[in-house]
Amino acid sequence: MVENISGCDLTIRIGGEAGQGMQIMSNLLGKVFVRIGLYVFINQDVMSRIRGGHNFSQIRVSSKPIRSMSSDIDILVCLDENTLNIYKDKIGKIVIYDKDKIKENQASHKRYIAIPLEEIAKNVGKNPKMVNTVAAGAILSLLDLSLDTIFSLLTEIFATKGDEVINANKSCIQAGYDYVKQIYKDTPLCKFNVELKRSNRMLISGSETIALGAIASNLRFYSAYPMSPSTHIMEYLASKQKQYGLIVEQAEDEISAINMALGAYFCGARAMTGTSGGGLALMVESISLAGMTETPIVIIDAQRPGPATGLPTRTEQADLLFVTYAGHGEFPRVILSPSTPEKAFYLINRAFYFTEKYQIPVFILVDQYFNDSLWTVEEFNLENININKQGMLSYDDLKNIEPFHYRRYEITDSGISPRITPGTPNQVLYVDSDEHNEEGHITESADVRKNMVEKRLKKITGLYKEISSPDIYPNENADSYIVSWGSTFGVIEEVINILRQKGVNIGYIHFSEVYPLREDIIPNKILKNSKLISVENNATGQFTKLLKTETGFNINNKILKYDGRPFNYQELVEKIKRILE
Amino acid sequence: MTKISDYQSNDPIAWCPGCGNFGILNALKQALLELEIKPEDILIVSGIGQAAKLPHYLRCNTFNGLHGRTLPFASGAKIANHKLVVIAVGGDGDGYAEGGNHFIHAMRRNINITYLVHNNQIYGLTKGQASPTTEEEMVTGTTPSGVFIPPEKPLALAIASDCSFVARGFVGEQDHLIYLIKEAIKNEGFSFLDILQPCVSFNKVNTYQWYKDRVYKLEQDLYDPYNKINAFNKALEWGEKIPIGIIFKSHRKPYEDLTGLKDSVVLSERILEKDKLEQLYKEFY
Repeated sequence: MVENISGCDLTIRIGGEAGQGMQIMSNLLGKVFVRIGLYVFINQDVMSRIRGGHNFSQIRVSSKPIRSMSSDIDILVCLDENTLNIYKDKIGKIVIYDKDKIKENQASHKRYIAIPLEEIAKNVGKNPKMVNTVAAGAILSLLDLSLDTIFSLLTEIFATKGDEVINANKSCIQAGYDYVKQIYKDTPLCKFNVELKRSNRMLISGSETIALGAIASNLRFYSAYPMSPSTHIMEYLASKQKQYGLIVEQAEDEISAINMALGAYFCGARAMTGTSGGGLALMVESISLAGMTETPIVIIDAQRPGPATGLPTRTEQADLLFVTYAGHGEFPRVILSPSTPEKAFYLINRAFYFTEKYQIPVFILVDQYFNDSLWTVEEFNLENININKQGMLSYDDLKNIEPFHYRRYEITDSGISPRITPGTPNQVLYVDSDEHNEEGHITESADVRKNMVEKRLKKITGLYKEISSPDIYPNENADSYIVSWGSTFGVIEEVINILRQKGVNIGYIHFSEVYPLREDIIPNKILKNSKLISVENNATGQFTKLLKTETGFNINNKILKYDGRPFNYQELVEKIKRILE
Repeated sequence: MTKISDYQSNDPIAWCPGCGNFGILNALKQALLELEIKPEDILIVSGIGQAAKLPHYLRCNTFNGLHGRTLPFASGAKIANHKLVVIAVGGDGDGYAEGGNHFIHAMRRNINITYLVHNNQIYGLTKGQASPTTEEEMVTGTTPSGVFIPPEKPLALAIASDCSFVARGFVGEQDHLIYLIKEAIKNEGFSFLDILQPCVSFNKVNTYQWYKDRVYKLEQDLYDPYNKINAFNKALEWGEKIPIGIIFKSHRKPYEDLTGLKDSVVLSERILEKDKLEQLYKEFY
């Protein structure tokens, strides 16, 4: 019936005003696709407003694993007229719109499907707002998928709301489905040429995997101030706090948020705070406090475009250098930036390990694209999760210390002084943000100062041994490599596969453990023989700058995107081809 | 049995001779002794300023953090281990200027900590600049023409915030100060104690004698601290006569009660049951 739609890779964009339920609809359809064994990636394009404007949620569904978005829109669903006007003749091989609400003059090269969405919603669902549900039924009909899965999903999702709500939703789905079936009786729009069977994969946002990873790591305290795109982490954790025995505290500002988390960690509870760039700017004073007092802390920076308020609901990777240098004075730190949500789950656990063992601040750098997108994720393996407290003074060592002679800042070969927490019988600890001696009391001695600076910085030696090398694919023999960090991994992985299928001998070098960087972090063989191209979602190539500072190696070829939007694979393939030509 | 020497620290004191801080240190030690709180069960969180050096001169767990940030840190610490006796200490600059926002919200949150403010109406550590409580017309390093904005009224602010316990003490009334510190620690909720003290080096107006001539003790048996309007009037009384004592109390439930922390396992000792995690995944299928 309609040509040019691949049987196994389809993109649906659902557009409308803020508040029309595009995300709910894409989430619902996404879950249906994942349940029947397909892979889904959903990204949100949202304006910073609660009602009106133009937002869209975009579902890509494929029979193969995918972790990126496509610029090629197969189905465009217009929940309002504005959506149709914006994209008219530009995107969408198929356009679904409300025939009563939107006046459309047929365009010849496209298939316009007019459905009385609102009328059906009113008549069948008794609620005009259920246009999104009707549209979901229409899409499942176009794809000739059974309604069993979506019906059982609706029953689960609305279990607490009762049969009336469940049945209204089911009826709207069915009506949308039937309406399309009536018009297009014979040929389905496309067929997924794979065997569809129940999967155990999850459809989950980046924010949720971070929160899950933290709960799995025995997080006990989270304090933060709401700021997009970090807020959902706090909301998710707050929704689980009773069940999992954690405390989530909404602080009066980010300064308070980080200090509360430091206080909790000082007393032995795994603690974390999260914010975006502007909030992190307020936390900087206390990042330095963590460095000086050697108090553990995990800090999530969910990046959004700056400077200042920037683009609150959009994406960028431009806080890397800020985070690398945030805080006055000199002290070590670790920066982690997950490639995928699976990686995020395990990296959060790594973050707690690093922060406790080395008693330094650890940052997790994610971004709006990573946090708000929904990803298809395999079940997490809890065997690799370590919840034992690190860096503590052992019970035996404690027995050997005379009462009240514990020294919090004992000079050791590794620079790490074993911790105790307040409440330890017959011991107290003195901790100070002023320069201090081994007991923790304030000092101005030049010798002690020098020793303490060296003690703190010595930890980097240990970190160099523990920080993971980048992921290198497929081996060290490619002619060229894409070098990247954090959330750009998914799209780069796909681009590399596409190019390799076309015979280009290209690979990737991807950093999820971003800092500190060893001098030899990129293998010599690659540096000698291969062309390197960096890909970053910022304007100045911050990672390449950092790499040059730390290793002396310069990457000349840069692909940078800084319009507040993430990369899609098509544009990246083109840009790489141009560099390789 | 705890002895006063159990609270002795070996860190040499770096305050000026005659500083009001000595009297507060002694009163605090005596109060802790009388309440029989062991050094290892005390956490004193302080900011930056002369007052903030105090915990070093005591045997207790100490976190001498950043200027103005005592209360958030102390709050997080108390949440993590609610069995500790947590005391926050700072000066008027630390608490009423840099930490003003935290002060308001700590009172709202009502976590069971005690907040001692050494109020000498001047900046000491930075050598004599105006603080939020410096009297009008006083000439300081940063106000050569005299302070021309009225001082903050921390006690009235606290009452407006429905603070659980609001009191004022004077370092020259040692026994009374010991009593107030004990009551503040015993109170379940956020206890705020503003302590008047002279700065012998930089405040030549509000001297030891100046306070001594003006302070009077509330007759605690006759005075009803739960009467908010009356308490508010008392909190604004300043000049010829300055009341000291427990000015205001409210019947609010502390944070620990509202969050269920109070009667459960200490937060920092809780361990995740991994089996329970599976339930979390369900909503993502």
